Amino acid sequence: MNKYDRGIPHTTPRQSATFNQDVNSDIRRAAATGIYDIRGGGAKRKLPTFDDLLFLGASISRYPLEGYREKCDTNVTIGGLNAKNPIHLDIPITIAGMSFGALSGPAKEALGRGASEAGTSTTTGDGGMTQEERGHSSKLVYQYLPSRYGMNPNDLRKADAIEIVVGQGAKPGGGGMLLGQKISDRVAQMRNLPKGIDQRSACRHPDWTGPDDLEIKILELREITGWQVPIYVKVAGARPYYDTTLAIKAGADAIVLDGMQGGTAATQDVFIEHVGQPTLAIVRPAVKALQDLGMHRKVQLILSGGIRSGADVAKAMALGADAVAIGSAALIALGDNDPKWEAEYNKLGTTAGAYDDWHEGQDPAGITTQDPELMKRFDPIEGGRRLRNYLKVMTLEAQTIARACGKNHLHNLEPEDLVALTMEAAAMAQVPLAGTDWWPGKSGTF
Amino acid sequence: MQNYDLANGSLRELNATLHAQNHNTNQTVWEIENPKGAHAIACGLDAPIEVTVKGSTGYYSAGMNQQATVNITGSAGPGVAENMMSGKVVIDGDASQYAGATGHGGLLVIKGNASSRCGISMKGINIVVHGSIGHMSAFMGQSGNLVVCGDAGDALGDSCYEARLFVRGSVKSLGADCEQKEMRTEHLEILKALLAESESDAKPEEFKRYGSARNLYNFNIDNAY
Repeated sequence: MNKYDRGIPHTTPRQSATFNQDVNSDIRRAAATGIYDIRGGGAKRKLPTFDDLLFLGASISRYPLEGYREKCDTNVTIGGLNAKNPIHLDIPITIAGMSFGALSGPAKEALGRGASEAGTSTTTGDGGMTQEERGHSSKLVYQYLPSRYGMNPNDLRKADAIEIVVGQGAKPGGGGMLLGQKISDRVAQMRNLPKGIDQRSACRHPDWTGPDDLEIKILELREITGWQVPIYVKVAGARPYYDTTLAIKAGADAIVLDGMQGGTAATQDVFIEHVGQPTLAIVRPAVKALQDLGMHRKVQLILSGGIRSGADVAKAMALGADAVAIGSAALIALGDNDPKWEAEYNKLGTTAGAYDDWHEGQDPAGITTQDPELMKRFDPIEGGRRLRNYLKVMTLEAQTIARACGKNHLHNLEPEDLVALTMEAAAMAQVPLAGTDWWPGKSGTF
Repeated sequence: MQNYDLANGSLRELNATLHAQNHNTNQTVWEIENPKGAHAIACGLDAPIEVTVKGSTGYYSAGMNQQATVNITGSAGPGVAENMMSGKVVIDGDASQYAGATGHGGLLVIKGNASSRCGISMKGINIVVHGSIGHMSAFMGQSGNLVVCGDAGDALGDSCYEARLFVRGSVKSLGADCEQKEMRTEHLEILKALLAESESDAKPEEFKRYGSARNLYNFNIDNAY
């Protein structure tokens, strides 16, 4: 008779916090395959986020605006410092760079349609500019990436702004990745690569190193485009104070700062989860860099990485950003990870909301694929409409909060409007812990 | 011949003037004096004109060139003819790093030596170097031809795709996944044409060909470094 049969009390089977089911499955997968896990998306681990901040709203000492009637502007101008034609956006929510290759042509078209209808910009990605995207985007930002796939001066001159990509929040220090399943004839032709190879983009630019070179590269791009369009510099949220400082020094018109919740089409899971900083942690150092150089509101700060709602938009702007960019959220608005495809997600061994093997090209929603049959499932007109609606709701939500804080423009939101729910968030955002007038490091420096 | 003296003008005015030329221009020959190492000279050209820069240039001279012929009588700084699409760029002296980087087309001729990363990420450009080239040249080279009449430095053709690399002299070392390849008739024909067009007296038969071993084309953990 064993001890249980003898009626001896026993402890509840206990899972290890260290070797939990996720960890164990990672170990089993690694042991079976001998290669690291590659996936899309951003960090999935729990991180301090904008959810850890709250707005205070108006009170006796603060005067609110009427929620439905009084004016609360949302427009933003990007790149007025040097460009003859800065970008004027109706809303401060832009669409982040995502490549044709990672996304289908119709998905790029939908992003252009939705962004244009909402009065904002969309952005190309690794692989060059497609006609679908240029044709349907009233304002298109052209990414200038280390790989230079598809880069040519004709497309450069068609752009409304140029974004020099130095880093990406999901993988600071890493290059892109597009596996063979998605290197179709068209993608291969655009990138000048053999069809079907597992393509790895360069992690650093081929013809410049360091901020002094970057300054000259920016000069070259301005000369080629006649100083007409703004030049952004996109950096991962690794060393936001110094990277912002150096990008400004190099002559950037705008800084795009991407936290680790920002998505990627494909990279190593260990990279996504263990390199970079949360979006909440990077905005204040970047704003301080702008302020220290007297460039806040002159060089615009566009924050990205896990922005989901109007509340996130408002919080980013209250902390000093001029605008935000969304990528993963835009894909969800288009229909990515929609439960209506649950049966098909199950066939791929996953579930709606968790599907992240975008690199495999089998996306049931037909968005992150180059498979002609899967692509037929996605309607770019309907997708564009959904994105427009989503952007509209985010804007209305941000306006609702701004009015409650007594602000007649989203740009007038300020850190003073916020408190933090946790010590970590208070330290990162440098706003008081709720119920106090203190945050960690308040009297110190970065 | 049109003349522009950078000692009395500005880079912006010079490039704007050159950009204003089109297929119908009758101002087809230009001479630029006093470059004095200025950056981004004659970048972004897109017309069948011939521009001669009398002296040495800084970064990104003739960058993204299309159609034009650009001659540099001195030496060129980093990134000369980067991302060239078509046309021809000829440097009488030496070229610094990243010469012809990411170029999609056209011909870059360097009559002296080229520094490191010559032809990095090349995407169809033809590059002929009369002298030698530095380390990491043709890194991730995708297509096009790199012809080196002298020697090549370390890690030639590292992680290259389908770029063809021809070296007459020694190669200090080959990069990851780069190997010596068979020299076939079609390669000799390519060499013959490029050497003639770049005014080199080297003989095609004196060269060896290098290219991708194609072992890194698909993920395989055993290829990880």
